[in-house]
Amino acid sequence: MTRLDVRDVTVRFGGVTAVNAATLSADGGQVTALIGPNGAGKTTLFNVITGLQKPTAGRVFLNGDDITQTPTHRRARHGIARTFQRLEAFGSLTVEENIRVAADAIRSKNARPSRVTGDLIRRIGLERYAHARADSVPTGVARLVELARALAIDPKLLLLDEPSSGLSETETEAFGKLLRDMAAQGRAVVIVEHDMTLIMRVSDRIHVLDRGVLIASGTPAEVQADPAVRKAYLGEDGDSAVDVDEHSSPTLVMPEATTEAESGSWF
Amino acid sequence: MNVFFTYTVLGCVIGASYAIAASGLVLTYATTRIFNVAHGATAMVMAFVYWELAYNQGLSNWLSVLIVVFGVAPLFGALLERWVIRRVADAGIGVTLVVTCAVLVGLVGAAEKVWPPGVHQVRQFFAGHGVVIGMVRITGNDLLTVGLAVAAGAVLYGFLAFTRTGVAMRAAVDDKELLALHGGRPHRMSAIAWAMGSSLAALAGILLVSAQPGQLNYISLTLLVVNSYAAAMAGRLTSLPRTFIGALVLGLLNAYASGYLWTSPGWTEFREAIPAIFLLSMLLLMPQAQLRVGRLTGVPGVRTPEMRRVGMATAALLLAVVIGNAVLSNANVNRMALGLCFAILALSLVPLTGFSGYVSLAQFSFFGVGALTVAKTHSSAPTAVLAGALLAALAGILVALPSLRLQGLYLALSTIAFAQIMDSMVFQNPSLGGFGGSLKTERLDLLGYRFASDKAYAILAAAVFCVVGAVVIVLRKGRYGRILIALRDSPAACATLGLNPRLARVAVFAGSAAIAGLGGGLYAGLQNQVGSADFQFFNSLPLLLIVVCAGVTSVSGALLGGMLLMALNSYPSAQAYLFLILAVAAVGLGKQPNGITGWLFEMREHPLAGRLGFGSAGVARTIAARSVASGTVVGAPVAVGENAEVEA
Repeated sequence: MTRLDVRDVTVRFGGVTAVNAATLSADGGQVTALIGPNGAGKTTLFNVITGLQKPTAGRVFLNGDDITQTPTHRRARHGIARTFQRLEAFGSLTVEENIRVAADAIRSKNARPSRVTGDLIRRIGLERYAHARADSVPTGVARLVELARALAIDPKLLLLDEPSSGLSETETEAFGKLLRDMAAQGRAVVIVEHDMTLIMRVSDRIHVLDRGVLIASGTPAEVQADPAVRKAYLGEDGDSAVDVDEHSSPTLVMPEATTEAESGSWF
Repeated sequence: MNVFFTYTVLGCVIGASYAIAASGLVLTYATTRIFNVAHGATAMVMAFVYWELAYNQGLSNWLSVLIVVFGVAPLFGALLERWVIRRVADAGIGVTLVVTCAVLVGLVGAAEKVWPPGVHQVRQFFAGHGVVIGMVRITGNDLLTVGLAVAAGAVLYGFLAFTRTGVAMRAAVDDKELLALHGGRPHRMSAIAWAMGSSLAALAGILLVSAQPGQLNYISLTLLVVNSYAAAMAGRLTSLPRTFIGALVLGLLNAYASGYLWTSPGWTEFREAIPAIFLLSMLLLMPQAQLRVGRLTGVPGVRTPEMRRVGMATAALLLAVVIGNAVLSNANVNRMALGLCFAILALSLVPLTGFSGYVSLAQFSFFGVGALTVAKTHSSAPTAVLAGALLAALAGILVALPSLRLQGLYLALSTIAFAQIMDSMVFQNPSLGGFGGSLKTERLDLLGYRFASDKAYAILAAAVFCVVGAVVIVLRKGRYGRILIALRDSPAACATLGLNPRLARVAVFAGSAAIAGLGGGLYAGLQNQVGSADFQFFNSLPLLLIVVCAGVTSVSGALLGGMLLMALNSYPSAQAYLFLILAVAAVGLGKQPNGITGWLFEMREHPLAGRLGFGSAGVARTIAARSVASGTVVGAPVAVGENAEVEA
């Protein structure tokens, strides 16, 4: 069974510590959520796991093998795939070609790349957009293109960075089911998401980051009850930021601005 | 000791001129993120204007300097920014390099027209004055150069650090919109930067021609830019103090090389290559470019044709060549064959620049490797041409390997350094023809048939072009083509899918160089002799410019580009018009990156063209898809409801 271990990972950008000695894990067959306010270091941690960012300290293990120094493309061959918070679809290619690039990259023994592509287009529901250029489709669709593209390499560990933003309520519901299906196939699914309703519904485990520090880990119920989590999200006084939805669990509303620590280093 | 001191002084003086030029380059790049390939050409033209005023019109030297440095040059820089640079400010690195290449080529062309070749003597400033330190005499001109460099550096540093305009100029780099929101005027800032950059280029040009009178010609000052690049790269295009140190080190290296290196053949060429080697070293010392994430990019491309259409186009081209053979004079048939050889060279840019987005200014060097291989083997066998292509592919790998860590502009600069090193160390090598020399070549023999006549050769070149063009199209349609485009759009996403970006880059450089080498081999056979001057780095500038303007994303664009390049070489009287067309097309690249052919393809897809009977199939669908696309660009703040309306 797949297992990801992140041990004592620290990432510093100049004077800013984006991730501070974070240790967490994710197992195959489960949906693991990584939550926290903007600037908590979630995307940076994804970048470390995929090798796009070298950690200042700490190590990353996949099934017990140390992959900290492994280049990004080799990690992908070991079964790590991801989507991006800020879209990275291949804008000049069609939706179908986007998925085909991935299907070609790691040729599956069982299926031809064209078949893998066709199956994924149907499964994710992208038929309508298959021949449209990826830079011309709505944001929510482009996120699904990235998901289909990641699935095309048949990953053991799938990292999804805010995949549901841009999706409608119905689409999000279907998306939640898709997440559970992917875990049921034995994949380790790690998701960064701000939609707490979705997170609480689909996650097996939740890790909470705040300003680069892991402040809590546990089941959705445990995390919701954790005072440190409530403090991180609501502030000292516990005012304002809870939206209690009539039909579901509380939604924690995140501040919109992204901090320099999370996005600045890439530009 | 005195000799050493003499060379040290000389090095400081040369370094001071480089420093002035390089600081202008840094200023324009740092404020507008546009790298000015035409910086050296600006220096050259301004030096000519100075010569015109001071020696032809009889004004005093000092007045002429003031008029040029504080009048003509800044005005030129500001107008250039207003009419050209501003229009391409948000375009990719490929377009901005091509546009400044267009300015360079245009300036050289204009200088040749206004000041026809001849001796243009320029006297030193403070001639006859100077100081003697020990046994070494330092001329007034030398002191002036060093003094002005120090003054220019200090003024620039103070301007950027302490004045309101300077600080606003730096702010314009970070975020133009934000600066505008805070009451700043970003366009004005970039106009000032380009005006100042142009003044600094003019000053450097005038000082260099006064110190070394032989420098006042079209090419050597224009190529001064490579020295400036090298110095500017030492400051990583942002730091003025490091740029000055880089310029000084380069000046000293040049001076010591003149004084101490052996004068035997191999070493002379090495000395010539020092600035390029310095540039390459500076580039290789750059930190590893991080894979950028956080943007969804797509470059508008032309539709890849169906194979049926490729077959029809092949037949049409061969028919056109046969008709050309029948109706054209012998000289024009030769030109047509030359155009086709250049078209193969242009085709080499299609996978490299058109699909992958890498800008190479070393294509003529690869072309030269192919041609010299054919010339040196004295063979008429096709294996010689193929060997040339293979050797060129190896040269391509040689360019790609050390620069694997570089992206965008820095990669383009490394190809310039490579081309310059090839110029000085290979093409001018006495055993390969040497400077101004030439080598005899043979016409190709294929299965017992000798392509002795130009007519037969034109058909051969057309057939090779068609075959290579079809290969390029098949490649684009297949797995490898998708990978190249995916790598251009998002190298980071490619890496997370298991694709090794480095391997793909080496492969595309090798393939592109092989195509250029193949074209070179055919060119050698056609010309009956090849000279080192045929393959100089300088030729790669108009090549890139012409092919990108003609349409670097399509095989048709390569054909048009090859023909235009031939016209540029064969009809000197038409050069001015060609440059005008190219200048307009280059500025238009900001809107239509697929060049003239992209524009023609678009015309064909216009509904009116369909009604008139020459539109392509599926026009309505394309137009409809485009209008939907324009309303739903990813990342643009478009409400979903609006999309639904457009789609409905």
